[in-house]
Amino acid sequence: MTAYLITGAKIVGGEVADLLLDNGEIVAVGTNLDTPAEVETIDARGLIALPGLVDLHTHLREPGREDAETVLTGTRAAAVGGFTAVFAMANTDPVADTAGVVEQVWRLGREGGYADVVPIGAVTVGRQGSQLAELGAMADSAARVRVFSDDGDCVWDAALMRRALEYVKAFGGVIAQHAQEPRLTQGAQMNEGALSGVLGLTGWPSVAEEAIIARDILLNAHVGSKLHICHLSTKGSVEIVRAAKQRGLDVTAEVTPHHLLLTEDLAASYNPVYKVNPPLRTKEDVEAVREGLADGTIDIVATDHAPHPVEDKDCEWSAASPGMIGLETALSVVQHAMVDTKLLTWAEVADRMSYRPAEIGQIGDHGRPLEAGAPANVVLIDPAVERTVVPSESTSLSRNTPFEGMTLPGRVVATFLRGRPTVLNGKPAR
Amino acid sequence: MMKHLLSAGDLSRDEANLILDTAEEMRSLADRPIKKLPALRGRTVVNLFFEDSTRTRISFEAAAKRLSADVINFSAKGSSVSKGESLKDTALTLQAMGADGVVCRHGSSGAPHLLATSGWMTGSVVNAGDGTHEHPTQALLDAFTMRRHLGSLEGRRITIVGDVLHSRVARSNVLLLSTLGADVTVVAPPTLLPVDMTSWPCVTSYDLDAALPKSDAVMMLRVQRERMNDAFFPSAREYTRRYGLDVHRMAQLPDEAIVLHPGPMNRGMEISADVADSTRSVIVEQVSNGVAIRMAVLYLLLSGSNQEEPTA
Amino acid sequence: MSPAHSAESPDVAAAPKPAPRTVLDASDISRALTRIAHEILERNRGADPVVLLGIPTRGVGLARRVSDRIAAVEGQSVPTGSLDVTMYRDDIRLKPPRGLEHTDIPPGGIDGKVVVLVDDVLFSGRTIRAALDAIGDIGRPRAVQLAVLVDRGHRELPIRADYVGKNLPTSLVERVTVHLTEYDGADAVLIADKTGTGAKA
Repeated sequence: MTAYLITGAKIVGGEVADLLLDNGEIVAVGTNLDTPAEVETIDARGLIALPGLVDLHTHLREPGREDAETVLTGTRAAAVGGFTAVFAMANTDPVADTAGVVEQVWRLGREGGYADVVPIGAVTVGRQGSQLAELGAMADSAARVRVFSDDGDCVWDAALMRRALEYVKAFGGVIAQHAQEPRLTQGAQMNEGALSGVLGLTGWPSVAEEAIIARDILLNAHVGSKLHICHLSTKGSVEIVRAAKQRGLDVTAEVTPHHLLLTEDLAASYNPVYKVNPPLRTKEDVEAVREGLADGTIDIVATDHAPHPVEDKDCEWSAASPGMIGLETALSVVQHAMVDTKLLTWAEVADRMSYRPAEIGQIGDHGRPLEAGAPANVVLIDPAVERTVVPSESTSLSRNTPFEGMTLPGRVVATFLRGRPTVLNGKPAR
Repeated sequence: MMKHLLSAGDLSRDEANLILDTAEEMRSLADRPIKKLPALRGRTVVNLFFEDSTRTRISFEAAAKRLSADVINFSAKGSSVSKGESLKDTALTLQAMGADGVVCRHGSSGAPHLLATSGWMTGSVVNAGDGTHEHPTQALLDAFTMRRHLGSLEGRRITIVGDVLHSRVARSNVLLLSTLGADVTVVAPPTLLPVDMTSWPCVTSYDLDAALPKSDAVMMLRVQRERMNDAFFPSAREYTRRYGLDVHRMAQLPDEAIVLHPGPMNRGMEISADVADSTRSVIVEQVSNGVAIRMAVLYLLLSGSNQEEPTA
Repeated sequence: MSPAHSAESPDVAAAPKPAPRTVLDASDISRALTRIAHEILERNRGADPVVLLGIPTRGVGLARRVSDRIAAVEGQSVPTGSLDVTMYRDDIRLKPPRGLEHTDIPPGGIDGKVVVLVDDVLFSGRTIRAALDAIGDIGRPRAVQLAVLVDRGHRELPIRADYVGKNLPTSLVERVTVHLTEYDGADAVLIADKTGTGAKA
C-alpha cells in the first residue's frame, strides 16, 4: 500500500503541518517527518485537512432503483463530496428491514471501496408503520445496524414509536424519526404559508413536523432511549429541541444543506427540482436552523441525498418525486451558509459533519481527530476557490441538484479512506 | 402583450383592459352573418385537456375556430396521456406538430407554467385552469360580465363566496379584480380559506350576511359536497345555511347588484335555484361572454409576431 | 396601438428632425371634404344608396364630416359607421399583436348599398385591400367606392381612389401626417422627412 505524505495543510483545529498516511493509519502529524522510501507527496499548502466526513442520511437507492443511484455511484459521489462513510437509508426496494438486505447493502459498499456504507434498518416491516421489523437481527448482522428509520414515512403511531425506542435499548440502537404527521400533510406539496396559498400548492405546515418532534422527545424521555430527528426544517422545531436539551432530555437532530440555504420562494418556479420533503421553508426558518446548528441545538449536518432519475423530476410539480441530491455540494453549502457567515469555525464543521454523526451512528473508525494512530480518513479542501454547480458534472447517477447555476465556495481536493485515496485532484481516484 | 397567459396576476391594468376592450369588439362581431374572422388563419391551436371540462374546452374551441385557427383537441381520455405519457413527451409532440398556441387544462398547479418555461415547446401557453392555482380566462370573462353591468370596476365592491382554498377561479378573480381597481372581499368558513392570506389583495370575512349589503356583485363558488368528508365543514346543510345564497340573502344586496357563478352549479348547495334563475343572475351571460374573452386572448397572444413592440 | 394617422409609413430611424411642413390647412381640408361630399352625391345620383364607412382612426372622423356635409346639402343623413381592418391586414403576422378599433356597421347593413370607404391617406393600398376583405365578411354591397383626404402615391396594389381631397406627390422618405381637431386639436396635413416629424407615432 502506497504511503502518502500530505505537506503544508492546515490541520483543522490545529496548526499547519504535514500528515503521513500509511497502512491505513495516520502515522504521524508534524513537520520534518520520517518518511518511508516509497512515498507519494501531496502539496497541500493552502488546503485544510478535515477528518473524513460522515453522512448520517443518504439514499443510495440500491437495491430497487439502480436507475437513480447505486451503492457504487452514490459512494463515489460521497467521496467527491469529502465523505468517507455514509449511512444508507432503508427505503429501498426491497426495504432494508431484514438482516439479509442490510448485509447486501453493507457488502456492496465494501466492494465499491469509495466510502464505508453503514446500512440503516427500517423500524417497521416494509416501512408500513404497523409491525416492528426484526431490529435485533439487523443489529446482530454483519452490518451491525445501530440506526433505524422509516425515513420517507413517519413512525406516526405513538405506541409503536414508544415500543421501537424501548426495544433498541437492548443493543444501544437509535431511532431516527422522519417527523411528519401524516394526516396534516395529506397531498402536501410545499411549505404551508402565504406562498402556498398563492401558488395553489397544498401546504405542508410546520406544525406537522413540530408536533411529532415534541411527542417523540417526550416519549423518549419516558422510556430513556436514543432519539434522532431527521432533517429538522423549521424554527419551531429548533425551539422545541433547544428547550428539550436545556431540560436535559436526550435527543439529537440533523439539518440538511438545502434547508440551510434555500427557501420556499423557489417553488414559485414550479420547477420540481425544488420539491423536497420536508419542504423548503421560509427565510426565518433558514436563519433559525443556522443558529441551531451553530449553538449545537442541531447536532449535525446530514445530506438527505435523494437521487431521482430525470423523468421523475421532468414533469409537473405534483407528479414529481420529492428529494435533492446533495453529497457533492454539502461541504460547499455549509462553508457558504455557516463558515463564510462566521457562524461556525472549520473545527466546528468537523464536529457537525464528522465527529458527531459518527458518534450518533456509532462507527468508531470514522469521526476521529487527525492524530497519529487514528484511521487515515482524511479530506483536503481548498476553501479559497469558487465553483458554479453544473448538474451534468455530477458524479452521482442523478442530476437533481437544486444548486444548479449557483456559485459556491470551496472544493474537495482529495479524500482518503483508510489511507487509500478515493479522490485526487477533485476527481474520483481509480 | 405577453407571450403566455398563465396567471391573472401577470396582467397589468392596461393589458387587462386591452383584453376586455378587444373582447367587446369580438362580441359584436359574433352578431354578424359570417362569424369567422381571418386573424389566426394558418395558426394551430391545441386544446390540451388533462382534466375533463367540456364547457371550457368548447368555449376555447369556438373562440379559436371563429378566428380561423386550426384546432386540435388533445384530451387525456383516450389519448396516450392515459397510458402514462409524460407532460414532457406530450409537449414535444405538440412542438413537432407545430402548435402555435396551447390551451392547457391540468389537474396539477403550475403545469401550464412548466409548459411555458421548460423549453419543451415554443408556442404560447394559455392556462385554462391548473389544479387549485388559477383560471385566468374565467376571471377575465367574469370581469367582462361585471363591466358590462356595472361599468368601470374601479371602486366597485365585489364579494367572492365559497371554497377559496381549492378554487382557481377565486385566485384569478382576486388578482384581476384588484388590478382593475375593485374592492374585493372573500367570504368562506375559515377552513376553506388558505391559512395565510396576507399577500392577497382582498379582505376576508367569515360572515356572508355582513358582506352582502356592501356588494355590487357577488360571485358564488362551487363547493364540492365531498369536502365535508375531510372535515372542511360539518354538513352540506350547515354550509348552505351559513354560506349559501338564497332569495332571503339575495334581498340584502343593493338594487343593482348582480350574482355570478363560474359553473357548474350545485343548485341547493351554494346557490338556490331561484337565485340562479333570477333576474340578478348573469350566469348564462358569463358562458356566452366566455367565447368573446377567449377570442380576445387568443387573438392578442397569437395574431402577431412575438417580437417586442418597438419603443419608438 | 396602431398609429393610425400615419399607419402606412414604415418605421423610421432616429435622426435630426427637419420641421414638418403644412401642405393643407384647416380651410383646405374643409373645402376638400365639401367637394368630396358633392362628388359622392353626384356620382351616386343622390344619397339614397350610400353608406359611409370610416377606417379608424382618422377615417372615422372624416366620414362623419362628409356625412354632415351630405346631410346639409340633401337634408337627409346617410348611414355612417366605422370599419376596423386590423384582423384583415396582410402584415398582421409581422407586427406585435394590436388591439382592435371599433367596427360599427349602421343598422340596415350594407347589402345592396354603395359603401364609400373613407380614409385619411392612400399610400400602398394595403389598408384598402384589407377593408375590401372585411366588407366581404359583413355583406354584399352593390358597389364599393373609396374617398381619401390625401393620395400620396406609391401604390403597391391595383387600387385607386374615387374621391381625392388632394393628390400629393411625395418621396418614400417623407411622412404624411393628418391632424384632425377631434383627435389632435387642430386640422392640418403635414409632410416631413421620415427621419422625424411632429408625429406622435
